[in-house]
Amino acid sequence: MSRTLLRIAPQAITLVVLVALISVVFPGFLDISISDGRLVGPAIDILKRGASVALLAVGMTLVIATRGIDLSVGAIIAICGAIAAWGITNDYSLGTTLMMAVAAGLLAGLWNGTLVAVIGIQPIVATLILMTAGRGVAQLITEGRILTFSNDQFAYLGSGDLFGIPVPALLWPVTGVLFAIAMRRTALGLLIEAVGINRRASALAGINATLLLIAVYMASGFCAALAGIITTADIRGADANNAGLWLELDAILAVVIGGNSLMGGRFSIAASLLGAMIIQTIDTGILLAGFPSEYNLVIKAGLVIAILILQSPRLGATWTYWRYALFSRQRGGATQAVREGQE
Amino acid sequence: MLLSITGLSKSFPGTRALDNVTFNLEAGEVHALLGENGAGKSTLIKCLTGAYQRDAGEILLNGQAIHPRSTNEAQDLGIGTVYQEVNLLPNLSVAQNLLFGREPLRFGMTRGRAMRAEAEETLRTYGLDIDVTRDLGSYSVAVQQIVAIARAVQLSGKVLILDEPTASLDAEEVRMIFEVVRSLRDRGLGIIFVSHFLDQVFDLTDRLTVLRNGQHIVTERTSSVDRMQLIEHMLGHQLEEVEEKARSARGSEPDARPELLRFEGLGRRGDVEPFDLRVGQGEVIGLAGLLGSGRTESAEIMFGARAAQSGTARDADGAIAIDTPRNAIAAGFGFAPEDRKTDGIVADLSVRENIILALQASRGWARPIPRSEQKRLADMFIYRLDIRTSDAEKAVGALSGGNQQKVVLARWLAMNPRFLILDEPTRGIDVGAHAEILLLIQEMTAEGMSILVISSELDELIAISDRVIVVRDRRHVAELTGADIDRDTIVRSIAAPDAADGKAA
Repeated sequence: MSRTLLRIAPQAITLVVLVALISVVFPGFLDISISDGRLVGPAIDILKRGASVALLAVGMTLVIATRGIDLSVGAIIAICGAIAAWGITNDYSLGTTLMMAVAAGLLAGLWNGTLVAVIGIQPIVATLILMTAGRGVAQLITEGRILTFSNDQFAYLGSGDLFGIPVPALLWPVTGVLFAIAMRRTALGLLIEAVGINRRASALAGINATLLLIAVYMASGFCAALAGIITTADIRGADANNAGLWLELDAILAVVIGGNSLMGGRFSIAASLLGAMIIQTIDTGILLAGFPSEYNLVIKAGLVIAILILQSPRLGATWTYWRYALFSRQRGGATQAVREGQE
Repeated sequence: MLLSITGLSKSFPGTRALDNVTFNLEAGEVHALLGENGAGKSTLIKCLTGAYQRDAGEILLNGQAIHPRSTNEAQDLGIGTVYQEVNLLPNLSVAQNLLFGREPLRFGMTRGRAMRAEAEETLRTYGLDIDVTRDLGSYSVAVQQIVAIARAVQLSGKVLILDEPTASLDAEEVRMIFEVVRSLRDRGLGIIFVSHFLDQVFDLTDRLTVLRNGQHIVTERTSSVDRMQLIEHMLGHQLEEVEEKARSARGSEPDARPELLRFEGLGRRGDVEPFDLRVGQGEVIGLAGLLGSGRTESAEIMFGARAAQSGTARDADGAIAIDTPRNAIAAGFGFAPEDRKTDGIVADLSVRENIILALQASRGWARPIPRSEQKRLADMFIYRLDIRTSDAEKAVGALSGGNQQKVVLARWLAMNPRFLILDEPTRGIDVGAHAEILLLIQEMTAEGMSILVISSELDELIAISDRVIVVRDRRHVAELTGADIDRDTIVRSIAAPDAADGKAA
């Protein structure tokens, strides 16, 4: 447990510092009030709006742990959203509709995984195919329109709330916890890390690396399907062109801010989720702080660069060096001088 | 003396790749540089070409001390290199490749016609009359090699290093390259020729130098060395202590063992011709042969790491599937591969995780080994194999070569396999760990495990094997048992047919 806390400490500290900074500029940032039996406030808003990226980050963490990358998740959001909207407008039951959407996500993942693990295409290329083709598929499903619906049960998944908390804000932590349990209470996490670090050695040790890779892309597809469902439910319609647009990049960024290496190996889902929340906090914080909207992207970029530089292992080594140097000058300066004198 | 190297040393963490090596090269000679994997050939070449900086020693070129810091610098000094893999640009024309970086210019633009003429003229001196405007990639590997040689000679022109230039060529192409090399020698270049093909060494070279374990073994005129001596030099003579122990322990009747496994007709075209192999219970089988003889391929086919095109495996209960590593492991096999770093360890994982990896994989993901059990297994093997690590949670990549090898061994011992394949289990590890691993092999077979060992060190094989299979030219050519297992017999089998013919004549 303490290991996990140590692992996510940099992300947690970053988030706290960010929140503190924004609170200085916008004092009401952490205020939460209750209106109509639901919690309201900027923090709740962040938890809800960050849901899509957080969900994607869960699957993306696993894919990146295998030294892969999944560029198609944004497009899968569009496909699954379109299927969900199509299902509900064609009078399928809510359960059937959701199952179809999730099945589509899994199928998309199976496609990606097969291209990567069986055919051996590089992940960035393999998933680029669905990234570009996927929106076309979604448009075919919506027949080029924005497919709207008015089913309150379905809309509840996007804009409803449970115990006063928005449903999307509950969905991503639950998904994250379930995935983390599945990884760490079974051997899956270890096997994924092994394959990501050295696929050949892992296969020679008897790990079914091919199957594991396919499963990981399917997990990513599953998470994207969940994100597609809440996105569609939230706006009560499927927009094949804009649903999940560029979210794959935010998801990758979340995983990277979470301190997971793009070279594969060790991963932490919790850290990626904190990364997703950091991104959403920056987005929301910039708006609240009242900067002109044209500054948003530049400020976001600046903050992200600062966070990544602070996390850089090379900088960490330098910092350790300087801390040691300063420490020994203050405390051990006398003994060092003596030693140098002797030499 | 064109090139003279004295006292050259180079160390890497955990290994001493070159130890006080001497090498000299005269103008107008072809000098073979020989040795098994890990002997130090490529380190020597990299020190010469500036890819590595030497720790100690002196390199004199025409009497001047040189310190190349990059391949470019070495080239400017006059040392050019051609590698096994042609490292030119296949999508540019022959002329562009040949004159890359030194194109004839006018007003800052390349002059196509002058370039073509110059390239054609250059290649004609190599006996090559080809269309230099076509893409390099459209020509055979031999032609590409000659272009690479021509380029290297034009850029440097004193010393030419050929690093296994013939590895992927057929006999006719080899002849073409050799003609080019001979003409360069006659022009006065000093040529260093690295190859595993002894025939080619005898055919082409004037002198040869053998390295083993980073040390200079011998330099002689090629014409005064015979093939058997050369193989002796390459494979070396060590470990007499362990040998003594084993000789007394070796059973007198090897056929008395109950049969554990039987492989029939296993083979794969281009890798190894179909072979049969019986494995007795508690037996150590040694697989002897030079690098590239098909010994590693044989092992990989038996483990399913390389798909067999023919053949079956069976045990007492009937046929067993060994088409994938997973199936082979399920059948009770284990395999510690030759290249630990790329095929063996999972560097960023801890010692504990590496040790339990195969066991966990065979149990399936849904049944994790409890943390306490993992810890117990790891600590037990760290103690039993004397793995030098601060604790079980240290990343395996941070351990020395010998300890990494012990971790890979522990991974398989944790599975308690009935048949364990060890490919070069003692390569590149220090002497202490070396002896420990050999003793361990003896312990394990005493408990009934059968082991197949591949090794370049004959004494090691002689010390531990109950039976030795000799592999040559991708065929299993001899099987030695009992008193036949000695240096001479093995070396003769590896060297045949030429050596055997020589004896008969």
